[in-house]
Amino acid sequence: MIQIKNINKSFGDLHVLKDFSADFQRGKVNLIIGQSGSGKSVMTKCIVGLMEVDNGSILYEGEDFSVMSNKERKEIRKEIGMLFQGSALFDSLTVEENVMFPLKMFTNMSKKEMLDRVNFCLDRVNLSGRNKLFPSECSGGMQKRIAIARAIAMKPKYLFCDEPNSGLDPSTSIVVDNLIKEITYEYDMTTIVITHDMNSVIEIGDNILFLYKGMNWWTGTKEEIIKTDNQEINDFVYASQFMKNLKEKLKQEF
Amino acid sequence: MNYIHSIGKYFNMLRSVFARPERLKIYYTRTLTEIETIGLNSIGIVAILSVFMGAVISLQTASNMDSPFLPKYTIGYITRSSTILEFSPTIISLILAGKVGSNIASEIGTMKVTEQIDALEIMGVNSLSFLVLPKVIAAVFFFPFLIIISMGLSILGGYFALMSANLASHDEYIYGIRAFFEMGDIYYALTKTAFFAFIIVTVSSFFGYFTKGGALDVGKSSTQAVVWSSICILLMNFVLTQLLLF
Ligand SMILES: Nc1ncnc2c1ncn2[C@@H]1O[C@H](COP(=O)(O)OP(=O)(O)OP(=O)(O)O)[C@@H](O)[C@H]1O
Ligand SMILES: [Mg+2]
Repeated sequence: MIQIKNINKSFGDLHVLKDFSADFQRGKVNLIIGQSGSGKSVMTKCIVGLMEVDNGSILYEGEDFSVMSNKERKEIRKEIGMLFQGSALFDSLTVEENVMFPLKMFTNMSKKEMLDRVNFCLDRVNLSGRNKLFPSECSGGMQKRIAIARAIAMKPKYLFCDEPNSGLDPSTSIVVDNLIKEITYEYDMTTIVITHDMNSVIEIGDNILFLYKGMNWWTGTKEEIIKTDNQEINDFVYASQFMKNLKEKLKQEF
Repeated sequence: MNYIHSIGKYFNMLRSVFARPERLKIYYTRTLTEIETIGLNSIGIVAILSVFMGAVISLQTASNMDSPFLPKYTIGYITRSSTILEFSPTIISLILAGKVGSNIASEIGTMKVTEQIDALEIMGVNSLSFLVLPKVIAAVFFFPFLIIISMGLSILGGYFALMSANLASHDEYIYGIRAFFEMGDIYYALTKTAFFAFIIVTVSSFFGYFTKGGALDVGKSSTQAVVWSSICILLMNFVLTQLLLF
């Protein structure tokens, strides 16, 4: 469980996060939605310590991350898997080496065990047999999936995904969504997913958080987001006529 | 003020670079790879430059020796000393600052802007030490070898130039090369080289690592890396020459 208490983050005059607070629960897929540029990526980077917050605290299982020493932070980071918005694969390494990298760095597995784990992870993202390709030889969607495989290689306790299905076709997108959902339940992880994909919102959002004006504007479950009367949410999620109609339909069903 | 801030940041960076490595075995293999990319792959350019540098130095010296009282072997002597003391360590290091420095800055800069460095950090890897330390070790150990090669080839280049232009005899040149030789000169040159290697790698890594923005900024960082490593080499050269020769 990750708790965020009143964090602030600004870049010069740009106040991106204003007294932002949230709880991200263990064993649940916590979704974050919000407009482009609203600070979703910045928020995740603050949570994992890639950016320092101006003030406020971030608690991992009750331990305050923002006051930890580098060494203590490192220990927590080894339990974090992260999928970056731009995949961030190591382009000098092959697919296999990318996924194997954290294992090599932090475990004492034998070569065979590592390879088994790599193949298992690649299989989970439907990429078995692509071991020897370089990231530059993979499509954008494949790169996303390789990055997911790398993020889950160490069986993390916390998984952060920054737009895991942007740039994926609808069917692969569902595969990735389901994968995230399954591993979250399977490993009892605290998963935080940033998404623009309303399909994911309805499919996998156990908890949904709407980031608006740098604040935690609205939180609820997928059922609640269908029923809500919150104006900003409705303007954002159900922007198109198609979505508006869909909402009416769904409302009747629930 | 800005410069002071950067210098502070640079030394802070060095502290992280020399933090205790997490996995010695991985660092070891990375160092071998770096020896190949920044060392072995530079042999070609160093060889070509050195031969021509030596050739020109000897021709220049020969053309400036009008006085009949100066023995011919002086050409060999001057070619050798200027090559060993100054041209090989300093000029070749400046060339390497261009080749290796821009390479390092763009490699690390690209990793920075594509969030690969963030990815390392998130895994709990000390990215600075992981990326920079193997390069530092590779350069500090391997550049002196490059300079030894350069010295040899320069002197050889001088020999061929003189022979083909018929400006001195074989014996005269060889005698000059061996005259008043001191091993200390070589140690002095190699010590300088090791310092220059350190400067090239750390300064270039610094500019690469603190790149902000996109591809365009990577290009800028790489230019800055070359400019500043060259300036630092020249400053360091001045300081070391003062310290070591006097
Ligand atoms: N390193 C930085 N320096 C200065 N400003 C930044 C930095 N990173 C982000 N910002 C600013 O913070 C704001 C939020 O950016 P962020 O990347 O978090 O948006 P986002 O919600 O993830 O958007 P998207 O959905 O498009 O990815 C933007 O206005 C951006 O310009
Ligand atoms: Mg983003």
